[in-house]
Amino acid sequence: MTGRQVAVVGAGPAGLAAARAALGAGAEVTLIDAARQLGGQYHRTPPEEYAASRPEALQHGWPAFAKLRRELLGHPRCAWWPETSVWALERRDPGQQGPPRVHLLRGPADGSHRVRQILEPDALVLACGAHDRVLPFPGWELPGVFTAGAAQTLAKGERLMVGEQVVVAGSGPFLLPVAASLVEAGSRVLAVLEANPAAVLARGWSRKPWQLAAQLGKAGELIDFTGQLVRGRVPFRTGRTVIEARGAGRVEEVVTARLRPDWSVVRGSERTLAVDAVCVSHGFSPQLELPVAAGCALRGTPGAQFVQTDARQRTTADGVWAAGEITGIAGAPAARAEGAVAGWYAGGGSPAARALPALRRSRDQGRDFAARLARAHPIGAAWPGWLGPRTLVCRCEETDYATLCRAVQEQPGAAARTAKLATRAGLGPCQARVCGPTVTELAARLRGAAPDAVPADGLPAAGPHHRPFAQPIRLGELARPPEPPDAAPEHHGA
Amino acid sequence: MTARLIPAACDATGRREQPLRITVNGEPLDGIAGQSIAGVLLAAGRPSWRTGPSGAQRGLFCGIGACFDCLVTINGDRDVRACLRRAHDGDTVHTQRRDGAHHSGDQDASTVPRDSDSPDGSVL
Repeated sequence: MTGRQVAVVGAGPAGLAAARAALGAGAEVTLIDAARQLGGQYHRTPPEEYAASRPEALQHGWPAFAKLRRELLGHPRCAWWPETSVWALERRDPGQQGPPRVHLLRGPADGSHRVRQILEPDALVLACGAHDRVLPFPGWELPGVFTAGAAQTLAKGERLMVGEQVVVAGSGPFLLPVAASLVEAGSRVLAVLEANPAAVLARGWSRKPWQLAAQLGKAGELIDFTGQLVRGRVPFRTGRTVIEARGAGRVEEVVTARLRPDWSVVRGSERTLAVDAVCVSHGFSPQLELPVAAGCALRGTPGAQFVQTDARQRTTADGVWAAGEITGIAGAPAARAEGAVAGWYAGGGSPAARALPALRRSRDQGRDFAARLARAHPIGAAWPGWLGPRTLVCRCEETDYATLCRAVQEQPGAAARTAKLATRAGLGPCQARVCGPTVTELAARLRGAAPDAVPADGLPAAGPHHRPFAQPIRLGELARPPEPPDAAPEHHGA
Repeated sequence: MTARLIPAACDATGRREQPLRITVNGEPLDGIAGQSIAGVLLAAGRPSWRTGPSGAQRGLFCGIGACFDCLVTINGDRDVRACLRRAHDGDTVHTQRRDGAHHSGDQDASTVPRDSDSPDGSVL
C-alpha cells in the first residue's frame, strides 16, 4: 500500500480505469461523478429503479464493464461518491506543492440541501469527458432539436424514444450508434446525414489501415451499428446536412441540403422532410473548466483545445493527471489506456511496472485513431454560409448572428470580452459551454484575425473555459460550513 | 406523435415499472421511478417547458447538464436542470421563463424572480 489518497473526477471509461490502476498501485481512491451510476455517458445504463433484468442488451463490452464495476464497488480502498459535483478547485498558495483542494457538493442535482465537502488528496485525476458540439443553424433552438448525445442518453438511460420520425445529422462516427439507439427504441430514422463527402471520409479512414486493426473493438462496434442500421433500412448519406429546422413552437420539418467538401451549401439541392425530432452532433467539446481551474496548460487552438499531458498523463499542474476526452477526442479504448496510465502514476505506482509498455502502446494507437477521426470528419470552413441574420448563435441570451457581426465590425480591434459584453453571447446560464467555441471562431473570422491574436484593448482574453464556479452552487449552500470528509450526504441514495 | 417511453412489455432490458406522480404548475403528471424530471415531461407529451428571453419555447437540448435549457423550479428550488434531477413521487415542479413576464395560471409566479439575474442570486 502506498497510502496515497487519489481523487478521480469522472466515472466514465477513463475514470474507471484510473481508479482501478490507482488501487492496483496501492492507493486509496475516491471516485467522484455527478451521475448516480458508474459508467459515464459511454456506459449509460437504465436507473436502478427500472430493475432491468437484461441491462446488457444495450451495451457493448458489458461483461468487462460489469466486472470492473463489481471490482470497484467492492474494493475496501475505493469510495464511490455518486451525485457529487466539483464546484471549485482551490489551488495551493504559491510555493506549496500538491494538487488543488477539491470543493464538492453531494446530493441531488442542483438541490438546495446538498452537503459541502472538501477533499485534500495527494493526487487528482481529471477524467471529465466531453459533450456534443453542435454548430448553430436556423431553428436549432426549437424544442425537438436534440444533441445526438441527448437522444442516446434518453434511449439508453431512460428508455425514452425522442421522436417517431427522426433525422440524425452532423459529422463523426458517433452518428451511427446514436441512430442505432433510436432504431432500437422504436423511432423511424429517416436518414443519417454525414456532412463530409465520401471522398473525405475515405481519405481519413483508409490511410494506414493497419492502425484500424489496433482499434478492432471500435471497428467491430461500427460494423455492429451498420448492421443494425441496414436491418432498420436507414439511409446513410454523405455530403448532406440539416441547414434549417422549422415549426411552430416545436420542430415539424427540416430542410436538408447537399454540401461541397468545404460545407458550403449547394443551392437548389434543398429538400424538406417532416420530422418530430432532429438529433445533431458535429463532434465533441471537452469539459475543460476543471483542468483550467486546476491550472493545467492547454494545447491546440482556441475552439479546439485539450489538456496538455506528458507521457505519464501528468498535466502541467503539480499533482494533477488527466485522461480521456479532455486530452483529445479518441473514444473509449484510448480513454481506458490513458486512465490506467494516469491512475497508476497518480497512485504512486512504479515506472518499471510490466503492464505499462502495453498500456502506452494502446494509448498511442488510440491517439492515432483520434488523428484519423479528425481527418475523416473535419468541420468544413464554409459552414457559416447556412446562418441567417436572425439565426441564434448563443441559445441562452438569444444573440443572433447579425448582432454578433455588428458588434465585431463596429469595434474591429476589440477583444472577445468586449463583443461578449456588447452582445451578451456566452453570458447566460450555460456560461458559453454550448456557444463558446462557435462565438470564438465566428468573431475571429469576422475580425479577419487568427482566433488567438492579441486583443487591442489591453485586457487579456478571458479563456472560454474559465469558470470560477465550475457548477452552480446556491448561496445558502455556500454560507454553510463544509462537512468533514467522512460525513454522508443527507440525500445519498434518495 | 412525439417522444414516448418504450413500453415495458417490449423493452429489451426487461425493466419493471413503479409508478410515481409529480405536479407541473399544479397539474398532475404520471411517470415511473427512475425517470428524470425531463424524462417525465417528454414522455407525457410535453416537448417544451421553459421560455427563452424572447418568450420562445424551449425544452431539453443536451440531456447531460451542459446547456441549461431545461431549467425548472422543483420543490421551491429554482434553476434545477430537469435532465439531471431524478423525479420523486410528489415532486412539485414549476416552469420558468426568462422574458420577465409571469407564468399564466401559476399562483407563485409573482414571487418568482427571473432566472440568472434573480435579485437573491439564488444560484451562482
